[in-house]
Amino acid sequence: MGDVIEVSELTKRYGNKTAVDRLSFTVRPGRVTGFLGPNGAGKSTTLRMILGLDSPTAGSATVGGVPFRQHPRGLRHVGALLDAGHVHGGLSASAHLSALARSNAIPRCRVDEVLQEVGLAEAASRRIGGFSLGMKQRLGIAAALLGDPPVLMFDEPINGMDPEGVLWVRRLFRRLAAEGRTVFLSSHLMSEMENTADQLVVIGRGRLIAAESVRDFAARGTRRSVVVGTPQAAELAALLTAAGASVEPEGSAGAERLAVTGLPAERIGALAFENRIQLAELTTRTASLEAAFMELTADSTEYLAGQPR
Amino acid sequence: MTTLTPPALTAPLTAPSARFRDLLAAEWIKMRSLRSTPWTLALTVLFVIGSAAVATLSDHAAASGPVDFLPFDAYPTAGYWTLMLVAGTVGALTVVSEYSSGLIRTTTVSVPARGSVVLAKAAVTAAVWTTVGSVASTGSFLVSQAILNGHRTGAALTHPEVVRALAASALVAPVCATVGLSLGVLLRHAAATTVTSVFVLLMLPTMFSETDRWSAGIKHTLVSAAWKRLVQTWEPDPGSLAHTATVPGSWLVYVLWPLITLTLAVFVVRRRDV
Repeated sequence: MGDVIEVSELTKRYGNKTAVDRLSFTVRPGRVTGFLGPNGAGKSTTLRMILGLDSPTAGSATVGGVPFRQHPRGLRHVGALLDAGHVHGGLSASAHLSALARSNAIPRCRVDEVLQEVGLAEAASRRIGGFSLGMKQRLGIAAALLGDPPVLMFDEPINGMDPEGVLWVRRLFRRLAAEGRTVFLSSHLMSEMENTADQLVVIGRGRLIAAESVRDFAARGTRRSVVVGTPQAAELAALLTAAGASVEPEGSAGAERLAVTGLPAERIGALAFENRIQLAELTTRTASLEAAFMELTADSTEYLAGQPR
Repeated sequence: MTTLTPPALTAPLTAPSARFRDLLAAEWIKMRSLRSTPWTLALTVLFVIGSAAVATLSDHAAASGPVDFLPFDAYPTAGYWTLMLVAGTVGALTVVSEYSSGLIRTTTVSVPARGSVVLAKAAVTAAVWTTVGSVASTGSFLVSQAILNGHRTGAALTHPEVVRALAASALVAPVCATVGLSLGVLLRHAAATTVTSVFVLLMLPTMFSETDRWSAGIKHTLVSAAWKRLVQTWEPDPGSLAHTATVPGSWLVYVLWPLITLTLAVFVVRRRDV
């Protein structure tokens, strides 16, 4: 049932600042696609352009082959949560959703269904102004689900959610994707994507850095390293360097460890055994998505703490 | 908070249609669900009618001038400027509050036809303020007449100039509310919009006199001056030096202000980033 989100050469300039720079990528149905980038990378601007709120300076963005703005009513085509704060604090949750539903000729019963779905049924008649951020996120997700749309877009949906809410939202995204919908999810937290997304679109300073599966992204980011703990650190380090590995000492004196790259764990183990070096630890460090992300976006981070640019 | 077994989503919703009356209904839901709406409207009506009562009572106590009926007594400037002020401001806040909270983005994603959203908001606002204006204006007249009738100086509701004054005082509310709403769309900021609508609707006419032709010409194109002309039931003194606006011209001002500002708002909202 899903539709493809197609972004092509999308560019947005504000004065002489380029927020989004010739960005092209495709988001396909049936999976969760993460949209990653450091703060200020242009994620929200891109989402707003896909949703027709901002017009691009150049390039185009389509959903299901047409620019989203061409639809007279949107909720049955795309459900979106851009910011949980985009509500009127004086309205009740059900009034807010009823107005949205009515504008799109969606039956009133759907409001109760989505409130039930996100766990806000009991808070339906309460004013949104008194909601916590986590509850507002749930309300925003409810609004996105109203029209039962084939495409769903969420900007930082887990901000302010408690751990139980995070688990719930992850399961929900997976289920929506399993139903064949296109689920596009932005975040600046890599760790979140690791557990939720199948595909990644990574941007930095408005430019595309990567568009591939989560596994490929993690693998290409960091070379695998092996951590070796040994009382004969100096001896082993010399041996490993001679065998072509690069060695970085880690830890404190007395409990020294070596971070080894360029040799697999079994070769290191064999070398140590042949040379009668005692090993206290031998661990392969799997490349973390977080590390890959940091490494790839290091050059494109908009605001770096403590470093003049 | 999460239900253990979330209900499955219903079957795909069928046949999307884009009817304008759904937008009207949606805007009406938003307006009537705000707790502040009925309070604001009720207090405004009470204040306007109260001001008519006070004006009639004091005019009668002073017993100045001929005992001819003056519908003017029912429509004191203090009361109706307040009506214009509140209508303009509340009309502006209808859209400005959406911009300041960001709700406008949620609204625009659900209804990408931005011009239609502005028109629906304007229609609902105009309808609500026509009701408020009618209640206030009729109430003012009846209260004022009740006081005057006690002294057998009242006039009938069917008097043609009474009808004109009544209609002009009722319709000034939706005119101001629509102008305020349109300015809200154009300016988007609460303070800027409120100040501008008060200035344009109320302050600007006081800057111009009716003694110079050019000055009167400007004054006669402004809303509160047009209202004043329409509730004035006596004919201008031919010997007077003042330039007086015509009645049809004043009605035209009532039509053109909302029409032009709303057209501008729809034009701009389509082109600007949300």
